[in-house]
Amino acid sequence: MLPSPTPARALAVLRGHRIAMIRFEHVTKVYDQKSKPALDGVSLDVDRGEFVFLVGASGSGKSTFIRLVLKEDRATRGAVYVAGQNVANIPSWRVPKLRRGIGVVFQDFRLLPNKSVFANVAFAMQVIGKSRAVIRETVPEVLKTVGLEGKNNRMPHELSGGEQQRVAIARAIVNKPGILLADEPTGNLDPTTSMGIMKVLDRINQNGTTVVMATHDDDIVNTMRKRVVELRDGCVVRDDAQGIYIGTTTAAAG
Amino acid sequence: MRFAFVLGEIASGMRRNLVMVVSVVLVTFISLTFVGAAGLLQLQIDQMKGYWYDRVQVAVFLCVENSTSESCASGPVTDEQRAAIEAKLNSPELSAYVDTVQYESQDQALVHFREQLANSPIVEAVTAEQLPESFRVGLVDPEKYEVISEAFSSQPGVDIVSDQREYLEEIFGYINIASLVALGIAVVMSVGAILLIATTIRLSAFSRRRETGIMRLVGASKAIIQLPFVLEGVIAAILGAAIASGTLWAVLRYGGQWLSREYPQMGFISTQELLLVVPALFLLGALLAGASSLLTLRRYLKV
Repeated sequence: MLPSPTPARALAVLRGHRIAMIRFEHVTKVYDQKSKPALDGVSLDVDRGEFVFLVGASGSGKSTFIRLVLKEDRATRGAVYVAGQNVANIPSWRVPKLRRGIGVVFQDFRLLPNKSVFANVAFAMQVIGKSRAVIRETVPEVLKTVGLEGKNNRMPHELSGGEQQRVAIARAIVNKPGILLADEPTGNLDPTTSMGIMKVLDRINQNGTTVVMATHDDDIVNTMRKRVVELRDGCVVRDDAQGIYIGTTTAAAG
Repeated sequence: MRFAFVLGEIASGMRRNLVMVVSVVLVTFISLTFVGAAGLLQLQIDQMKGYWYDRVQVAVFLCVENSTSESCASGPVTDEQRAAIEAKLNSPELSAYVDTVQYESQDQALVHFREQLANSPIVEAVTAEQLPESFRVGLVDPEKYEVISEAFSSQPGVDIVSDQREYLEEIFGYINIASLVALGIAVVMSVGAILLIATTIRLSAFSRRRETGIMRLVGASKAIIQLPFVLEGVIAAILGAAIASGTLWAVLRYGGQWLSREYPQMGFISTQELLLVVPALFLLGALLAGASSLLTLRRYLKV
């Protein structure tokens, strides 16, 4: 007999493992009453320490998924849980705390052009009030993790795209979030560079961080052999434990 | 750390937005100068009231040869009439109102007249007979002028009862108008300052949207994100208040010095009065800037 979702979660908590880091329960998001919902009754669990690819054509709802996890938007219907907490119940003054537990990486890196590599990463710690000593200790460590040793004082425009994305990843994980959301992080990079980025993300995942990566890079998905969740028109149409990217389906949907 | 960080953000924001910051400083300077001027003019009125109301007197002018009022129909005041008036001024009924009574003869009146109009050619033509003799009445409460006026205006031998306070009220009227004009300019300039601060903060928020976007994503608190912007506006406004205070001080110090030399009896306010006005200016500047930047941020800086 299959238990209903909520007791299952309680049981998981009792056992001390398989806690859903991100849980969507019948989530629907409508931006505009006249158009189709961006997400349409999506139910999905992402467990602690998982690596999930979110695939699908542009407009399939990947970015909406990420926005809902960050509480940048509210779900129109259904509930979004992050680390066991329903984000709808988080008061606005606690939202920063929620976001401290989540790192985000984007396709366009979003580095501060007038700050050095070190300062860009340190910025994420400064704004949440970390002490100078802690920052001086942590930032070089994290830069080493993403493979940017010795580039502390470079400016973003002196770096290649892949290196810039590594800086962005360093910034996203420097506060040790439990979840890393990556919205097409390799979208602006060539295949070789992309694989380098994937190695970094994989290493971060090995260290225990839950990673959700939205992408439509089939090579990467096929090489990594991780869980693949495919969205089409706001619905989950596929959830494979060690999936591949099925280009034709996406093309037909797009 | 956070403190240093916020300071750094403010410094970089102001550097990037220097032209706007300078204009905010100038506009708040002008508007607060007018606010301060209006306040100082009111203080000047208070000061003059305090100084002059103790000294103003009601003059009861007695009839002379060519007086035209009805009570002077019988010609110049007689000795009996004069005695009756004096007796009435010193009577117990009026003693509650009357403080001092002083008689001024026609000769004394001429002396005063010559003193007051020392440089005027009219002095030569005036003789003692043309000037009325009078009783100078100091009142316990200068506001109770009506009592004396009613009691004596139809008294035989009294030409007119005049209240020196009327001249003062006229002066106060002018100062009040000046102070209202200053206040009006201050209000208009303050509206300008508020709008300019709002625009500046908006531009500042726009030019730093990358930073604030990242701050939001990594979970910086609302206060840390907004504080640099609010303080930027407040610092600019406080600079404006400082310049306005300096200007008012200079005006009082040098302008006041000149005025007291020219009109030694007037009792002008000194730079002491600034101690009341300056803190108010700083507070007002900070409040204006703080409120307008917070309101702007609510619209233009999503947190």
